[in-house]
Amino acid sequence: MAEERRPKQCTVVLPTESMKAMAESIGVGQLQEESCAALSEEVSYRIKEIAQDALKFMHHGKRCKLTTSDIDHALKLKNVEPLYGFQSQEFIPFRFASGGGRELHFYEEKEVDLSDIINTPLPRVPLDVSLKAHWLSIEGVQPAIPENPPPAPKEQQKTESTEPLKAVKPGQEEEGSIQKGQGATSAEAKGKKDGLMRMKPRSTHELSVEQQLYYKEITEACVGSCEAKRAEALQSIATDPGLYQMLPRFSTFISEGVRVNVVQNNLALLIYLMRMVKALMDNPTLYLEKYLHELIPAVVTCIVSKQLCLRPDVDNHWALRDFAARLMAQSCKTFSTTTNNIQSRITKTFTKSWLDDKTQWTTRYGCIAGLSELGPDVIKTLILPRLTVEGARIKAVSDGPVVSNIDKIGADHVQSLLLKHCASVIAKARPLPDNVEQYRADYGYLGPMLCSHVVKARAQAALQAQQVNRTTLTITQPRPTLTVSQSGIGGSGGSRTASIIKVPSSLTLMSTRPGTPTQLSPPATKYIVMATSSGSSSTQQVITRTSSSLTSATSTPQPLVKLESGGSGGLGGSRPLQKYIVVSLPSSSSLESKSGVLPPSSSASPILLEARIKVDCSDSPSASTQSPH
Amino acid sequence: MAAVQDGQLNLEVEKDIKTEITNDGSGNINANSSSPGSTSSGGKSKSPAGSGEDQQTLLAVLQFLKRNKLTESVDILRREAGLSADADDSPVSESAGAGSGGVPSVGADGGDANSLLSRVSIATPVAPPDCGLDSHGGLATPIYFHSSNNCACTVVAASGGEDQPDVNVVLSAYSQQGDPVLYPLYYNGLKKFIESVLDCHRAELSQVFYPLFVHMYLELVYNNHENEAKQFFEKFSGDQECYYEEDLRILSSMSKKEHMKGNETMLDFRTSKFVLRISRDSYQLLKRHLQERQNNQIWNIIQEHLYIDIFDGMPRSKSQIDAMSGSLAGEGKRDANKAKVFYGLLKEPEIEVPLDDEDEEAENEEGKPKKKKPKKDSMGSKSKKQDPNAPQQTRIPLPELKDSDKLDKIMNMKEATKKIRLGPDNLPSICFYSFLNAYQGLTAVDFTDDSSLIAGGFADSTVRVWSVTPKKLRRVKSAADLSNIDKESDDVLERIMDEKTASESKILYGHSGPVYGISFSPDRNYLLSSSEDGTVRLWSLQTFTCLVGYKGHNYPVWDTQFSPYGYYFISGGHDRVARLWATDHYQPLRMFAGHLADITCTLFHPNSNYVATGSADRTIRLWDVLTGNCVRILTGHKGPIHSLAFSPNGKFMASGATDGRVLLWDAFDDVELDDFTAATGHIHLPENSQELLLGTYMTKSTPVIHLHFTRRNLLLAAGAYNP
Repeated sequence: MAEERRPKQCTVVLPTESMKAMAESIGVGQLQEESCAALSEEVSYRIKEIAQDALKFMHHGKRCKLTTSDIDHALKLKNVEPLYGFQSQEFIPFRFASGGGRELHFYEEKEVDLSDIINTPLPRVPLDVSLKAHWLSIEGVQPAIPENPPPAPKEQQKTESTEPLKAVKPGQEEEGSIQKGQGATSAEAKGKKDGLMRMKPRSTHELSVEQQLYYKEITEACVGSCEAKRAEALQSIATDPGLYQMLPRFSTFISEGVRVNVVQNNLALLIYLMRMVKALMDNPTLYLEKYLHELIPAVVTCIVSKQLCLRPDVDNHWALRDFAARLMAQSCKTFSTTTNNIQSRITKTFTKSWLDDKTQWTTRYGCIAGLSELGPDVIKTLILPRLTVEGARIKAVSDGPVVSNIDKIGADHVQSLLLKHCASVIAKARPLPDNVEQYRADYGYLGPMLCSHVVKARAQAALQAQQVNRTTLTITQPRPTLTVSQSGIGGSGGSRTASIIKVPSSLTLMSTRPGTPTQLSPPATKYIVMATSSGSSSTQQVITRTSSSLTSATSTPQPLVKLESGGSGGLGGSRPLQKYIVVSLPSSSSLESKSGVLPPSSSASPILLEARIKVDCSDSPSASTQSPH
Repeated sequence: MAAVQDGQLNLEVEKDIKTEITNDGSGNINANSSSPGSTSSGGKSKSPAGSGEDQQTLLAVLQFLKRNKLTESVDILRREAGLSADADDSPVSESAGAGSGGVPSVGADGGDANSLLSRVSIATPVAPPDCGLDSHGGLATPIYFHSSNNCACTVVAASGGEDQPDVNVVLSAYSQQGDPVLYPLYYNGLKKFIESVLDCHRAELSQVFYPLFVHMYLELVYNNHENEAKQFFEKFSGDQECYYEEDLRILSSMSKKEHMKGNETMLDFRTSKFVLRISRDSYQLLKRHLQERQNNQIWNIIQEHLYIDIFDGMPRSKSQIDAMSGSLAGEGKRDANKAKVFYGLLKEPEIEVPLDDEDEEAENEEGKPKKKKPKKDSMGSKSKKQDPNAPQQTRIPLPELKDSDKLDKIMNMKEATKKIRLGPDNLPSICFYSFLNAYQGLTAVDFTDDSSLIAGGFADSTVRVWSVTPKKLRRVKSAADLSNIDKESDDVLERIMDEKTASESKILYGHSGPVYGISFSPDRNYLLSSSEDGTVRLWSLQTFTCLVGYKGHNYPVWDTQFSPYGYYFISGGHDRVARLWATDHYQPLRMFAGHLADITCTLFHPNSNYVATGSADRTIRLWDVLTGNCVRILTGHKGPIHSLAFSPNGKFMASGATDGRVLLWDAFDDVELDDFTAATGHIHLPENSQELLLGTYMTKSTPVIHLHFTRRNLLLAAGAYNP
């Protein structure tokens, strides 16, 4: 069926093998080749004819999906007995298989035990049809009520940002758009003002009183001291469909906030702001591209700034850098296009400051973290070649005379970061055997450590391969959406489900919520900062992303519990989407690569995991602050 | 049979109608069938296929080529066919002689293309036996004459006992044997010619391409030249206008002669002539070219399968042609659109209206009428005088107004005074009715005129009625209970209702297939529904039961609609026939035949004298209810038409189709049809339609199925929510 478009699509004919198979299925043994050919042509023609008629029924049924009943009706038109017993659901899960150069789509039919069917309780009677009225428009203006779609759908936001001159249709309460960001690293003050006035003179920036109140509440809660409120606010940002109009405000809030707080070395606020960015990114109804010029500099600042906290030797600003680096990677993945080139520009920025000899250890750490989050390819091409140089530098700090405690800590962190990220890449790329001397020759000072990490990673992989064929149980239960805006006829997020994936052998199911929102436990919060997998309902995706975000494993056979919550989850205890992933160690091959690379201190319990990531609140500032904008 | 309350009235009307039927009923159907091919076919033609015939044809072609001094082609052909030079010479001369001998009159005008062609076909039977014609030797010559393509329509031959005589007759017209290899050459030649003509003629002549392509392809297929047909299709299908894509796809799936039987699209092409409008100059140009080149194959097709409507005047431009083309069978013929259409509204009956409608006597309008209403807002009834464009009041017998109807009219007028004037600066408010939990099953929606009831037709063959006012739906009490009621009491109408059955919605069961069309009667006492099961059902909204099942369409009925005055209704469906019914007749009063594909939507004109039907053949037809004639064929849509609407004053019509366009028609006046530069029939708004768009209102994944303006100009919309 993969023929070229228009006229050719009609020349598709069923393969003669199908005819043979069908003939055999009704007991006709040897069918001549010519008969098969003739039959297949005839059958193809008739099928097309019926499909055409069935389409009529689909159109008149006001549907866009052809159903089996349409086919039945079409057969009836031709005075052919309909096919009974093929009342299917609207979705038939065709499976795909290929092999031996052949591709096959088939429909998996399971044998059904009748007694099972009889014994299962009857399903709930579907809800009866009912009628509900709402105002779609009042004197030409669409009221912003839950029954109506959010003022600007994501597609429209996208077209607006990519084609700013395109006229916006009336009736849509559109929002004055700031010109698309001139560039990721350019200063945000530019471009915004000049471009705006010229391009879109009629943009309205007014927010209704309610919206202003909402904005005030949300921003206050996000940077306030009450963790419970912050959780709610972040959840609201991540899920509410109507934030489009406030997006420019949020964007400016974040960018200004970062600018101020970097200077003041207020680590906590920076973390809160980054979590806001994360929440905005998680909101499915928002299209952030127009605001990247403000958000990206803010995020990059949080990655590479020389100083982010008052006491660099004690405070865990590394976690913030990691988190921001992950945000950066995510936005690169989402928004990088050939026109804006975000990823390559970001990569260039990181590389440049990393290569600079005078760069502080903190910035160095940020650059490496930012680069490594961009994926194994980036690690391979940009980081691995420089391992020797970096190793030498670390060696100089650790072996040489103690210059300052801060440098030492910085070097340590850089070292563990490099080991963590590089080992998995090397484990995949480098052929066995893992010779320590060889590693030393290749990677210099870091070679031996790298070698042991790689060995661990390989062992992990092997162990995992043995146990990989465990059954997994997926429990999907629909949960009602909680936001007000999505009640009524149901919101766009109505189909979300919370899913639990667990391996039966290890039923240690942990609550992802590290504490109830009232409980202000910093470790829990920080843990969530580390978990970055964005909400997605597919199990497979969760697992693969886990590999990139989770950082704890051991080689002990004891079950390891990995927790992950979608988005800025743990705070959003009441978020509609939460993922609880309980993985028996090692259960997925994609996890294994990470595992061995961890700092030796990490062991199998989530507490330790938290401990690693904990943001310490200690003092002793070191380097000066340098913000990239 | 449907009459519950007004049996007396209906009887009279019925009488009227009946006389009408006897007068002109018989003439209707014949008058409508505009396709000569289908009606005139009396029997099945003799299939002329034979083993020797191919060779015979070949010889004829050779002779033809020779006469035209195409010696090269002759050589090639001869080489290909393996004929020796002398093998063909003698029979040809013989047959030629025989041909001219047999039909002297034809032979006389030698240069004419027609005679040439007939000679070619005549050559077959009279050829001597040594050419392999023994098997046919015994057959009478005249049969062959008839089966030649010039007179296919008049074939009267012994039927072979086939059960589809029509089809065979129709198909046999393709039995003309041309050399399949030459088809692309012919087509290409014409293409080159048309590309080389003056620009002003090119657009017009290009119209010929599509029908020509189709018929040449079908000829190839019919004559079992499968591969040539495929090649021909591949080579030239890309040249066709993109809006024919759908048909081309159907066409391309037909690659065998057997497929042609029973294929509706194919029959459409055969039974109806493709109508082209070409200016005289362009036509002359084409004719001269074809005759000069002796391009009989093409000329033949044009003669036979095309109807060229020649007009005097400037050739039309490409955009003018595009505005009109796109239908399955070309444009409407000029004379088809000549009949006068009385599009004006009927005079409103004089009803005394209490002026002070603000006086809070909403309940008792029937109370003493004080003064006549000084002015009315509705556009059509502004003057009390008869609209010159309106039909005679009694042109169509209409049911008399009942008291309740009058009440309703008064109510209507009162509401009309409160009507909001809409305009670009004054957009309507829209109230959206979402059907929840419909599971993609909602297929049709209708509102009553006073917007008090909503009915939905569902794919599970149910019809559901909702009351959207606080007034609940109640059933009439059972007969036993009714007999206990005091019939003299003032509130007898209230008393007959069974309070116990009051509910917001009622479900009507009866259909055995998805319900595709639904329509309330104007008095809100009845509901019509049409379904896949081939019936139209009339439901009482008093008892909430089915009153009549109208059977006649044996195939799915896609749409039905009540007349704005009630009593009559129209239905149309897959059988391509629209039927006009009266509620108290179980057989249709009129059958409107002429569409070439499914009738997808039906609509009454506001004055009830005309009926518009939209079809999957991409035309809209306007039918006269009185005579049953088709008075307008409106072409221009490029996809099946799925919705129609008349303006309240009856002057304009809007139509929507799957081509994504809404066309506005102003075609009911006597347009000067000779002047094609101005009159395309519909108002075409190519570029500035964006400016006409006043607002776009998104729903939350709810397709909009129905729209309805209330009397006060509130817009109601309905659709099923599909999460």
